[in-house]
This record gives sequence, structure tokens and C-alpha cells, in this order.
Amino acid sequence: MSNALFTYTLRLADDLLILSQRLGEWCGHGPVLEEDIALTNRALDHLGEARNLLTYAGQVEGKGPASAKATAGPRSEDDLAYLRLERQFTNVKLVEQPNGDYAHTIVRSFLFDAYHLPLMQALTKSSDAQLAAIAGKSVKEATYHLRHSSEWLIRFGDGTEESHQRAQAALDNLWTYTGELFESDAVLEEMTKAGIAPDIAAIREAWSKTMDQVLSEATLKRPADAFMMTGGRKGLHSEHMGFILAEMQHVTRAFPGVEW
Amino acid sequence: MSMTDVKNLEELFQAKIDAELKIEPKDWMPDAYRRTLVRQISQHAHSEVVGMLPEGNWITRAPSLKRKAILLAKVQDEAGHGLYLYSAVETMGTSREQTIDDLLSGKAKYSSIFNYPTLTWADIGAIGWLVDGAAIMNQVMLCRTSYGPYARAMVRICKEESFHQRQGYEIMAVLAKGSPAQKEMAQDALNRWWWPSLMMFGPTDANSPHSAQSMKWKIKRQSNDELRQTFIDRTVQQAEVIGLTIPDPDLKWNAETKHYDWGTIDWTEFNNVVAGNGPCNKERLAARNKAHNNGAWVREAAVAYAAKKAKRKQAA
Repeated sequence: MSNALFTYTLRLADDLLILSQRLGEWCGHGPVLEEDIALTNRALDHLGEARNLLTYAGQVEGKGPASAKATAGPRSEDDLAYLRLERQFTNVKLVEQPNGDYAHTIVRSFLFDAYHLPLMQALTKSSDAQLAAIAGKSVKEATYHLRHSSEWLIRFGDGTEESHQRAQAALDNLWTYTGELFESDAVLEEMTKAGIAPDIAAIREAWSKTMDQVLSEATLKRPADAFMMTGGRKGLHSEHMGFILAEMQHVTRAFPGVEW
Repeated sequence: MSMTDVKNLEELFQAKIDAELKIEPKDWMPDAYRRTLVRQISQHAHSEVVGMLPEGNWITRAPSLKRKAILLAKVQDEAGHGLYLYSAVETMGTSREQTIDDLLSGKAKYSSIFNYPTLTWADIGAIGWLVDGAAIMNQVMLCRTSYGPYARAMVRICKEESFHQRQGYEIMAVLAKGSPAQKEMAQDALNRWWWPSLMMFGPTDANSPHSAQSMKWKIKRQSNDELRQTFIDRTVQQAEVIGLTIPDPDLKWNAETKHYDWGTIDWTEFNNVVAGNGPCNKERLAARNKAHNNGAWVREAAVAYAAKKAKRKQAA
């Protein structure tokens, strides 16, 4: 049980940590000052939630069987963020995709936000009090995130010809990474059975409804569900992941065991 | 308007300033006052925005998640300051587009300090401690500046800047009492940022031709040299507390003046960086231009969508 809970919590955390890292790359380079503020705000929200989840994952792991422990004490948020390798990260591939143009950044967030909001709403009813509390803190932010990415997607889709084309291209490129958000496996099944994780099919339904609503208002075409990428939850990432971690972890790893 | 009318208006304007009343956007003001403020406030706004680059540079590499969160929040504040200040410029009749175009074309200046590179994590500490620390000296004074919108923007900005300064000092303090390699990193950052920070206060009073007029208009209330000295007195003590050494062999407490005596600023370096030859002048301007150009279609889409929406609303 605690092993599955550790893995499940880590998955939730890794999605947010890596998305936050990507959004942080925009800082100072946004298309307009207001969006610089919005993007750093998002990066900060995702990071805050990731930190809570990582800290909790470390505590869960600390209580688990000794074999699950990598170090003497429970791993801290920083141990988990800075000292794991590519294959130990369990985020979906969607969040590690490069920022690309602003349409790609907005679409990537939109696809994620439309999943993250219903997930957080449902998770507030989790039988795990700590996850429910973390989700409770996130719902307000997640609501704003989805509104922000939806509004921009509508502006792009129904804006100029160029913005429409860019938004459609981003959607077509990134759609293949959405299947992974709703994958199930033994870990998720165990968590759902225990009342800890919500029913992923219901989250998918909510997500799909948001897709139809927003894409229709944006006059964009919903891509067909063709081949879906997989692997992130098992630590099989795209080639981007190594570079993300190299950048994120290098200072911390160069000075092992010190305080910052 | 006759010359006598203008003279009377100028006298009234100066009387208001002497009586410590704020000048508001709709009040009459001399053209030179308006020009000076547009230049100063827009330079300040640009400094906030360009200043996001050297610090943003370290967001993806911050060595702990807590530090990453603090840095994100800080850089977000800088963007917010840029926004308030561009709005303050707009109250004087210059649009944000025009102000930004002047930055992008290289016509407008921003604080030269941001043309120095952030090479190690300790530079993020040094910027907060020294650069924000130096900026606060000016900004606290500007909370009482004679132009109302600028003074009010500064009150908000100062609250956030003092948090920035504290977090920078804290980064340095942790490094200074950390491992020998960390302490070396902190000392190296202090060595590189100390003199450029002192240059932030501008030329010496003797070489600052506009200062007297700005003081008369109460845009400024303390001279460059006064502010610089206060900063040095305060910062030397802070460095002592955390065991770092200010890189100035001439630094010495003067019991008579109750101030530190200190060495000489390399004004050749200062003039070079102002003239565009600093380590990162080209990179900073290129980064701003790239962001602006890559964002053009985004801004156009927003305008086009808003127009469509307004039209639909009218038709409905």
C-alpha cells in the first residue's frame, strides 16, 4: 500500500515539477509583460503544489519497507527533485515537451489544466487526508490556470489566421501525449480501490467535455485519437528529459550535501 | 499663452513643490519637468524588465526548490514593477508602446548594472543584497518624489524590494557559512558586484549636471554621493556580520566623519558600460527584441479577437 501511495504521489508531483520547470524557462521572454507575470505565477503555483506532494511522498516512503528507502532518513523534497535520475521520474511526456512558440506553451498547459482541475476537485474527496488537503489548496489555482489557458486558446483560434494555424498545429503536435494522462495500471487501480485516487475514467470524461467546449469556441478542430505516446509513468521519457534534469540539478549535484 | 502667463504658471508650480504638494497628471507642469520624469520613470521601468533577464537566467538552475520558488516570486515582482512604472509614464502622455520601442531601438537607457552577467548561484544572492539594496536607497527617496503617480508606485515597489534585499542577503549568509567552496562562491560574487553596485548611484555630484534642477523640483531629494555613502556605511557592516570582505583595500572607518572612507570608482568602466560596451549589453537588448518580435503574433491575435468579440456584441 505505502509503495503504491508513494508512486502515486510522486507521479502527481513530477507532472507539476517538470511543467513548472518548463514554464520557468519563459521568465523574461514572454510575448507581453502581463503574460510574463501569468507564466511565472503558474510556474510558482505548480512548484508550490509539487513541493507539498514531494514532501508527502518522502514521508510516505519513510514509513515504507526498508528496501524502498534510498537514504537513511525520509527523502526530502530536494532529495526527490535533485537526486533522482531520468528513469526515476514518473511525469507524463506532455509536460516535458519544449516550450516551442507561445501556442505550444498554451496548448500544452491547456491539455494539462483540463485534466488537472477535475483531478484536484475529485482528489479533495480522497480517503488520504494529506492528498485531500493538498488538492483542496490547489483547486482555486487550477481553476484560474484552466481559465487562463482556455482564454488564450480561444483568442488564438478565433484571432488571426496566423494564430489559428499556430494553435491548430500545436494541438495536432501535442495531442499524441494526452492518452498518457488517463492510463491505468496496477498502482492506480490499487489507489482507486482504496478510495485514495479518483476514478480516472470520470476525469477523462470531464477533460473531454472541456476539450469540446473550448475547441469549439476557439473554432479549432479536435484531433482524432490516433496513436498515443506512453512510457512516462514507467520512467521512459523523451530525449528532452535528460536536458531538463541536467539544467535543474547541476548546481545541487556539484555541491553534494550542503545547505542552500 | 504669453511669456508672463508661463512665468506665473512656473512660479505657481514651484510654489506647490516647495509646499510639498504632489504634482498630478492633469496639473500644469514645465515641459522640462515632464521630459525629465518621462526619461527617469521609463528608464526605471526598463531596468525592472531588463533586470528580469540576469535573474531569470537562474530560475531553472536554483539549487533548492525553496530558492527556486523565492526567485520565481521575485522575478514576477520585477515584471509587476515594470507594469506600474510603464503606467506611471502613460500618465505623462507617453504610451507604453512608444516607451518600449525606445528601449528596443537602443534609444532609451536602463540601469547598467544589468549588463553584467550572473555567472554563479551566488550572483543571485549578490544581486538581491547589493543591487536591490542600492536600488532601495534611491527608491525610498522616490517615495517622496514630487510627481504623485511615481511616488505612489514607489511606495508599493519599496515594500517588495526590501523583501528582495533580505532574501539576497540571506542567500549570501547561507553560502558564507557553508562549505569552503560555497564561501568562495559568495566572496567571488561580492568581488564582482561591489563596484558596479556603487556605480548604480550615478556620477559624482560634481559630474551630475542635472542633479541641481531635479533637487529643486524635488524629483530627487538626496544627491548621488550622499546615497552612495549611506549604502556603503550600511553594507560594510552587513558584510562583516556574515564574514565576507568588501573588495576595497582603501575602505576604513573614519571616526571623525562617522562614515567609511573608501577607494575610487573606475569611471572608465562605468562610461564603457553606459556606452554599450558592457559584458552583456548586446545580449540583453537582443533578448528583449527577440521576445518582442516572437510575441508580435500573440499580441495581434489578442487585438483581433477583442475586435471580433466587440463587433459580435454590437450585432447581438
